[in-house]
Amino acid sequence: MGWLYLALGITVAFGLAHLLRAALFRLAPVRWRGGLRGMPLTAAFGLMVIATYVVVAFAAPLLAPFPEREVVGAQFQPWGATHWLGTDRLGRDMASRLIYGARNTVGIAFATTALAFIVGSLLGLWAALRGGWLDQGLSRLVDALMAIPSLIFSLLLLTIFGTSVLTLILVIAAVDATRVYRIARSVAQGIVVMDYIEAARLRGEGSWYLIRREILPNALAPLVAEFGLRFCFVFLTISSLSFLGLGIQPPMADWGSMVRENATLITFGDITPLLPAGAIALLTVAVNFVVDWQLYRASGLREQAG
Amino acid sequence: MTRDLRKPTIIRPFARPMTRRTLLQGAGALGAAGLILPGTMGAAHAEPRRGGTFRIGLGHGNTTDGYDPGLIDNLYAQVFAAARHNQLIEVAADGQLIPEIAESWESADGKTWVFRIREGVSFHSGKTVTVEDVIASLNHHRGDDATSAVKLFFNPVTEIRADGQNIVVTLDAPNGDFPYLMSDYHLAIMPGTDGRIDPTSTDGCGPYIVESFEPGVQASLNRNPNYWKADRGHFDRVEILAILDSAARLNALMTGQVDLIDQIDPATIGMLEARGVANILSIPGNAHYVFPMDSRAAPFNDNNVRLALKYAIDREDMVEKILGGHGAVSNDNPIGPANRYFHAEMEPKTFDPDRAKYYLRQAGLDSLDVSLHVADAAFSGAVDAGALYAETARQAGININLVREPNDGYWDNVWMQKPFCASYWGGRAVEDHMFTTGYASGAAWNDSFWEHERFNELLLKARSEVNEDLRREMYHEMQQIVSFEGAVVIPMNNNYVMATGLNIATPERISANWNLDGFRCVERWWMA
Amino acid sequence: MGALLRMILQRLALGVLTLFVVSVVIFGATELLPGDLASSLLGQAATPETVAALRRQLGLDLPAPVRYWNWLTGALQGDFGVSLANRRPISDMIAARLGNTIFLALYAAALAVPLALVLGILAALWRNSVFDRVSNAGALTAISFPEFFVAYILVLWLAQSGYFPSMVRISPVSTFADKIYMAFLPALTLTLVVTAHMMRMTRAAIINLMAQPYIEMARLKGLSPLRIVLRHALPNALAPIINVVALNLAYLITGVVVVEVVFVYPGLGQLMVDSVAKRDIAVVQAIALIFASAYVLLNLTADVLATLTNPRLMSKG
Repeated sequence: MGWLYLALGITVAFGLAHLLRAALFRLAPVRWRGGLRGMPLTAAFGLMVIATYVVVAFAAPLLAPFPEREVVGAQFQPWGATHWLGTDRLGRDMASRLIYGARNTVGIAFATTALAFIVGSLLGLWAALRGGWLDQGLSRLVDALMAIPSLIFSLLLLTIFGTSVLTLILVIAAVDATRVYRIARSVAQGIVVMDYIEAARLRGEGSWYLIRREILPNALAPLVAEFGLRFCFVFLTISSLSFLGLGIQPPMADWGSMVRENATLITFGDITPLLPAGAIALLTVAVNFVVDWQLYRASGLREQAG
Repeated sequence: MTRDLRKPTIIRPFARPMTRRTLLQGAGALGAAGLILPGTMGAAHAEPRRGGTFRIGLGHGNTTDGYDPGLIDNLYAQVFAAARHNQLIEVAADGQLIPEIAESWESADGKTWVFRIREGVSFHSGKTVTVEDVIASLNHHRGDDATSAVKLFFNPVTEIRADGQNIVVTLDAPNGDFPYLMSDYHLAIMPGTDGRIDPTSTDGCGPYIVESFEPGVQASLNRNPNYWKADRGHFDRVEILAILDSAARLNALMTGQVDLIDQIDPATIGMLEARGVANILSIPGNAHYVFPMDSRAAPFNDNNVRLALKYAIDREDMVEKILGGHGAVSNDNPIGPANRYFHAEMEPKTFDPDRAKYYLRQAGLDSLDVSLHVADAAFSGAVDAGALYAETARQAGININLVREPNDGYWDNVWMQKPFCASYWGGRAVEDHMFTTGYASGAAWNDSFWEHERFNELLLKARSEVNEDLRREMYHEMQQIVSFEGAVVIPMNNNYVMATGLNIATPERISANWNLDGFRCVERWWMA
Repeated sequence: MGALLRMILQRLALGVLTLFVVSVVIFGATELLPGDLASSLLGQAATPETVAALRRQLGLDLPAPVRYWNWLTGALQGDFGVSLANRRPISDMIAARLGNTIFLALYAAALAVPLALVLGILAALWRNSVFDRVSNAGALTAISFPEFFVAYILVLWLAQSGYFPSMVRISPVSTFADKIYMAFLPALTLTLVVTAHMMRMTRAAIINLMAQPYIEMARLKGLSPLRIVLRHALPNALAPIINVVALNLAYLITGVVVVEVVFVYPGLGQLMVDSVAKRDIAVVQAIALIFASAYVLLNLTADVLATLTNPRLMSKG
């Protein structure tokens, strides 16, 4: 029965995605249509899911039937008319917490990944461009930091600096930035030897100009691909940290912690923890479908006929 | 990584009223009956039988655990120690003190205590337990370079000396409760050489002999064939496993890989029960969860604010949701129903937002903003309890800003450092012990930094009062003072909850003096 | 070959530098943690004088740089010392667990690497087909579940029904077959966790080459798609694939503490987390260095292999 619903759900979702693609194509300005033409159904599906999440995140107070943190009744109520997805261990409305969770989780993950990419890629590109001692120094430091297991390193840092949302974002971003740095630097190393960079240098352009105008556009594709995965890994990091006793500040709702809080229930076949976990999984798949499509376009390889 | 045992202590739950006199002469009267398992034996509690392997899965145990009895700090180490060691005195399942390595004990004045050491007991190594061994074992926890967690027990001890088969302990002031201290699980009797024990040795005179021990993973022990208690230590073999993850513990029990687990997530107790593959044991005791406030710091220095906070918590709801019903509401009283002088008739505090608002107004406040610092290291479910508290307090105009602290370092950084946090007590067997360690002015663990003149005066008087009724009255008044003027919110007494496989039988009465039958499940339980 | 050897030596020298930086960072971070070994050993029973006594005994009263120097000189002579918490030799504590950790990593890799390569190659071969989409979505779903949750689900399906044990109890006397059977669920969990990354990289690396003129040429010659992928695209796509495999192997060795906890698997991750909690710096340092060495050596191996498969990489330095 469960599989039937799943199949039905996927069919409906892709049907909607099909409609969305058609609608986008009609409504988009003419100069975008070229880009949209090759859009596969999976990418349309991904866009649809992301759009839904964004709407849910922004409109959480309007959509959620109950406040995020209010205790509205007994614990573990079953699914029903008042509480669509029942209540959690403290008697808070599960559906409302999932909806608010979209806002918190996606917000934190986005802030963290964006920060990691800004810091990591800028340093990486700069190091590749300047070379020499700057490159050596930064690269050796990053090597050393990457050689420390990230979860344990985050655990150490969070214990030292406390676990407010801000430190959580900063610590995870710092650890992620080392990974981004490495990719950005290795990609940029291939680019800085190109003639057009040399030409720009001879014109007397500064580092910042070179990074912004010459290197970044050409290094974007692999960075975008990495962004897709890193973005989703933030949820997992938060979840693993809460497994080890750290994590987000209660009573804030966040999917990673919600999986952890309810995880024991799966032992008895209760599917409550599958809801936040499924929400994370759906977003991961959606984001990466879109990223795949963008990569595909960037790689210059066109869809084969059929 | 919760630390189970913040404070070394002894609980004596459900104790029958004792006179001062019997207390001072623990031996003869109680001793004889002590070795017979108390209570009537029902069908499920048939005669113990010998044999089988008892596999215990505990949510404790670190890779850094060692053998030193002075450094035992978690449930794993406690059960492991109970399997290999004996103490001078045992606390029976009904809370009475019964002889163990000390055959009897007495004191004429409460100042000089004489313990008679049992003859014919041998260590696993075959060596006979001597008076010198006992003295060496106690001295391990005493003296300037001692690193034992119960060093403070020995601060009042001026001398420990041998006298034939007796040891004589001299205190600097009378203490009728001294024998209770000697039943503490840290005080393992181990073989001594030149007046010192070897804290890295496994040797003891307990029911099981260590075969192997891998810290943080598992310990295997075999039955001590020469154990002096003929009717204890029923299993052929005991295996103690550290299973830190609560789902993993549940799975291990349900798939028959272990026979006993502790720390069951309250959310899953009902489901586990419904499976019908386990017996759930829920043992009420004096243990309690507490939110101490720093009574020196504003706004907690105003008793009206403290009362407002006490009426802004929904105790019933908390017992239901945090303990899964396995516990009882407490009226901000560190003395539990199992204590001798428990004051049951105090006016109960129900969740009453209007009353809380009234007290806020009395304090000259319209609303109140406080930060509550919590971590599950304080007690399991502390973070959830804080969230519930914040919710109910909001209805009383009190805004509790919940701060989740890392488990790691909680006791160093938060407890007694932040003005409002979560903590727990194992409870105390003796009222005086509880009040002296946690509420007396200047006490090391007075975590609310509370000073109350009348209370301190009563505490001193009650200690030396001989009249039972007067003494009761004094302790009742002290409980009243703590409950309505103290700086602690104590919402609930928590039960010890554990689950066994259907193949394990227990005596009808299970000790509420610590978890897992006073850690002694290994020697008191058997295969059904 | 001389150039390759020079590269290896140079990288090893850099590796030693990395290890040094790691040891300083870890030592510094552990120092910054609140509390120390003495107070954590004594728990809340600690009184100022017991803590002071224990600190003196453990040598914690010395200044931090002196303790670091003592540790460093000991470690350089191959003596990692004894655990301050339970006075056991650190080499003993680590040896058995290191074996367990490596066993689990190899076991998971033996399942995951072939699976990822086959799926990746097939996905590249049949790109944009239903197979490609489904395997991609499946792999992404698997990595978007937290590790412990994947583990719980596997336990629900495969352990509660009695097929496999839900916890791993291996001892020195366990036979190899026993170990394989008992460690199946943790290995499977880790397989699900790491496969997606390697599979996606394999697919991407191959597809990346498909637009190259020489592949076009092969296609025009009428070679079968499978042959083109295996004989022409794969060898040239090996470098990035080897890199990502090395990265995941390093993860399997260093990053699996959560899986260890769920399956009660006695590996190094749990020992490290416990030792951090107890502030047992000597143990933390020793394990951090093992992890860092594994990382450095695996990366070096990957680069050497990549260079061998594609000598042009050498000039890149």
